[in-house]
Amino acid sequence: MRTIFDYEDRKTTGAIVPDPDLAGGGTEALMPSTLLRKVKPRIPNLSEPEVIRHYTGLSKLNYGVDDGFYPLGSCTMKYNPKLNEDLAQLPGFADLHPLVDADLAQGTLAVLADMSRLLRGISGMAEVTLQPAAGAHGEVTGMFLMKRYFETRGELGRTRILLPDSAHGTNPASAAAAGFSVTEIRSGEDGLVDLGVLREELDETVAGIMLTVPNTLGIFEEQILKITEMVHASGGLCYFDGANLNAFLGRARPGDMGADIFHFNLHKTLSTPHGGGGPGSGPVAVSDSLVPFLPIPRMEEAQGCYSLNWEYPQSIGCVHSFYGNFGVIIKAYAYLLTLGDAGLREVSENAVLNANYLQEKLKRTYKLPYDRLCKHEFVLSGDGMGKDVSTLDVAKRLIDFGFHPPTIYFPLIVHEALMIEPTESERKSTLDQFAAAMERIALEAKESPDLLREAPHNAATRRLDQTRAVRQPVFTYPFDQEQE
Amino acid sequence: MRYIANSDADRREMLSAIGRTSLDDLFSDIPQPVKDKFQSLGLSSASEMEVSAKLERLASLNNISQGISFLGGGVYDHYIPSAVKHVTAREEFYTAYTPYQPEISQGTLTAMFEFQTLLCELTGMEIANASMYDGATALAEAALMATRATKRKVIAVTHALFPHYRRVLDTYCWAAGIEIVEIPTGADGRAELSQFAPGIAGLIVQSPNAFGIVEELDGVKESIGDALLIVATNPISLGILTPPGSYGADIVTGEGQPLGIPASFGGPLLGLFATRNSYLRQMPGRVVGQTIDADGNLGYTMTAQTREQHIRRQKATSNICTNAQLCALTATVYLASLGGDGLRQLSILNLKNAHYLAERLSAIPGCSLAFRSPFYNEFVLRVPADPRKLWRGLKENGILVEDPRLLASLGIGDGLRIAVTEKRTREELDRLVDLVGGMR
Amino acid sequence: MGYPTQFRYSKEHEWIDLAGDRAKLGITEHAQSELGDVVFVELPAVGTEFKQGDTLGTVESVKAVSDIYAPVGGKVVEVNSDLEASPETINQDPHGTGWLIVLQLTDPGEADALLDAAAYEKFVNEE
Repeated sequence: MRTIFDYEDRKTTGAIVPDPDLAGGGTEALMPSTLLRKVKPRIPNLSEPEVIRHYTGLSKLNYGVDDGFYPLGSCTMKYNPKLNEDLAQLPGFADLHPLVDADLAQGTLAVLADMSRLLRGISGMAEVTLQPAAGAHGEVTGMFLMKRYFETRGELGRTRILLPDSAHGTNPASAAAAGFSVTEIRSGEDGLVDLGVLREELDETVAGIMLTVPNTLGIFEEQILKITEMVHASGGLCYFDGANLNAFLGRARPGDMGADIFHFNLHKTLSTPHGGGGPGSGPVAVSDSLVPFLPIPRMEEAQGCYSLNWEYPQSIGCVHSFYGNFGVIIKAYAYLLTLGDAGLREVSENAVLNANYLQEKLKRTYKLPYDRLCKHEFVLSGDGMGKDVSTLDVAKRLIDFGFHPPTIYFPLIVHEALMIEPTESERKSTLDQFAAAMERIALEAKESPDLLREAPHNAATRRLDQTRAVRQPVFTYPFDQEQE
Repeated sequence: MRYIANSDADRREMLSAIGRTSLDDLFSDIPQPVKDKFQSLGLSSASEMEVSAKLERLASLNNISQGISFLGGGVYDHYIPSAVKHVTAREEFYTAYTPYQPEISQGTLTAMFEFQTLLCELTGMEIANASMYDGATALAEAALMATRATKRKVIAVTHALFPHYRRVLDTYCWAAGIEIVEIPTGADGRAELSQFAPGIAGLIVQSPNAFGIVEELDGVKESIGDALLIVATNPISLGILTPPGSYGADIVTGEGQPLGIPASFGGPLLGLFATRNSYLRQMPGRVVGQTIDADGNLGYTMTAQTREQHIRRQKATSNICTNAQLCALTATVYLASLGGDGLRQLSILNLKNAHYLAERLSAIPGCSLAFRSPFYNEFVLRVPADPRKLWRGLKENGILVEDPRLLASLGIGDGLRIAVTEKRTREELDRLVDLVGGMR
Repeated sequence: MGYPTQFRYSKEHEWIDLAGDRAKLGITEHAQSELGDVVFVELPAVGTEFKQGDTLGTVESVKAVSDIYAPVGGKVVEVNSDLEASPETINQDPHGTGWLIVLQLTDPGEADALLDAAAYEKFVNEE
């Protein structure tokens, strides 16, 4: 693929900003030469049409939700409403500097205050921080809150976090970032938390449990109240990873299930775009006992006037430069205003219906390790598809059929896993097309497996050599080499 | 509602296909006591027109359209070229997921490779990751990386760090059990680096620092033993200033918002992170590499993933998953639009505007620059009267300057920190001078 | 796949080749095949001591990282430095030139608890 560095450099004419009037002297009088760079950065000078054509061309090598079905499990690739994009770009919102005085930011502060209120309502919990910039950031914030909570109680021996073997990788990584050690608890035959195993592990060294509800198999922890009760009885806290919130929006609240800390992924459940890998936003809701430790500053309101208060001596401090990703939060806020209570119910109903329907269709041709009512997603296994044909091959072949592949090789407790989450944005007809493609691929796996093993055939590139990428690393443009 | 595609007929057919009679039945696995406790938000749905009207009204409550901004602190009022907005508005870029399937993500991946390259060119470093949340968490991750690399748990930090960098660093270091040792700022506005005691994990220096001063860092790397030199910087300043790589920085972090990203009340931002090749295994964040496909054609893919959380879990170099990809794309297109020469000119314009203003302001009787040392596009002006009164007076006249309490938290109680970008016209600069002159 | 009969095997898929009070150690054919293309090996320094069951280091492929456990306790006396430049040797010849370290054993008797070739092959087939 051509990069901008492959273009021939030309002097840029037609400035984007005014001329610095170098005739009137450059940097010499204003900055000692010892502080000035001697080597020019090798950033090419291109005309605007070249830049536009280059990135337009690159965009066509991508696949977004606007292009088609994107059934990535636990990612909730739902439609990104266009209104929300426009609203985030209103100059009144987009151009506001974070250090502006509060009385000049009342519109933005009102949005943040109202968003907090709505998230408190959705979670059924006492208070919310909007600071974390992503789900994993919310997780580590939650872990920091747990740590501070036990610190203030003098319970420094609580150094372990329990998590099920189906947990997303960010969970143990976040626990470790806060200085906790991680104990994995084996799921039962039914894919759910094994209460016996949990009972054995719970002791005074456990700070808490990190659960995803429903779990990464798409199955709701029917014993959730018992689980949280057990953890609380042993003096621990319950962290709920909210990646799968789409499964019960408008029907149930994590606060009512016993959650002490809960993070949202606005870029999943609340429709803000993924952007190719961010920016996201991961607000965290907490129960009463954790409120004093929330990050600062916190929002205050008096007679309809909003301000930011930094006076919370027990706070864990700050986890973000300023107040969180407002530019993302505003989109989720507009989404909530659009949906209302009725819309939230429609989301989970359609998401769960779509998932169960697709599960029912696909279980005829693929192994379904947990054949039961699922929530918004389900996991298949690519086991037994054919000789030397893996889940990876199925995924790559789906690309040829015009679909983005589902999540593969996660959760770790299912061999050759294929995690599928259709979301509520899809229509039955799309699900039928996807199922037909999957069935066709299952047939190909037996009759002409090379079609899978050599897939994709119709994408921008053929299958890429991952080993070479690691063994012969090239992380920046090789300026000093001849490129083909 | 309009974001849901299924018709009633679709739903009926699907329910029938799965042998269920009602939508409620799909939630029979949620314990009844939980369902009973549920409370709605008391929020009715709204049409596009209504939501739009409400939010436009709220946006107009942000009373800044008349304000001329001299606000800084890592986030600056830089001009954003139109081309940038058009490219990042393309749905193939913004509605795409993380490029785990590289064959259908070459757009994102190529741009990430370009971003990494651009960052290395600016900073003089060998490898950059594909972005972090913001400059503050990028700096915190650098501190954690230094402790991993050296197996020591003390970090030295210069005093003249943006307060928001320091606050986030304090939180992350507390959680990881890392001790912070502060290195004071001297009378010249620069860090007293001779006070650094080697034998610790790393030294964090911000340059240009929180007072806008460009630190003298030549020779520092040699004086800190095997501790890591971590430099937090402003990417636009690197259009003319010495890249930290050339004076031996081990890690360079920064806030990338100046590279075409709107301020948006401080988020989303763009965390920049670059280091040496030898530290690859310790580096947090995603990284893209070049490779070839089955036909021998060049392509890009995320690589070195065994450092990351989805493989390494609790032993990962960081828990980061979603980062700031669209913001990194924004920065990439911004730099491509400006070009290397354009960036240099932009950087000089910032320098000149700031120095013009500084010279005129310090000529006002009673006012003076707090420090004699070289500065880039931010400086501290000492003022004779109560700075808060001046700040309020300027605000009433449509001039936006930071609340002086911020500067006071850094130890200067009689000054204002002023940032100047290429957007400030000669008229605006003169207006500020006139107002300050009239209000002292 | 014939697993060399003179080796002993652990359930964590390591093999040892005993010679008096020394043991050469590596990962098995099964382990390398599960891992995929090896791209990096993290080995302990010569002189480090380990107890049976301790983590000695890691073997990394493109998609996974595996801990290497000490099937028997001992002190590291030799390390295969060729693996730094050519980690793929582990894939190509896991039982031969792909060896990882040589341990001087604390207690050669610990090896008795390990599996022989036939038992290990059975264990792998049942997994």
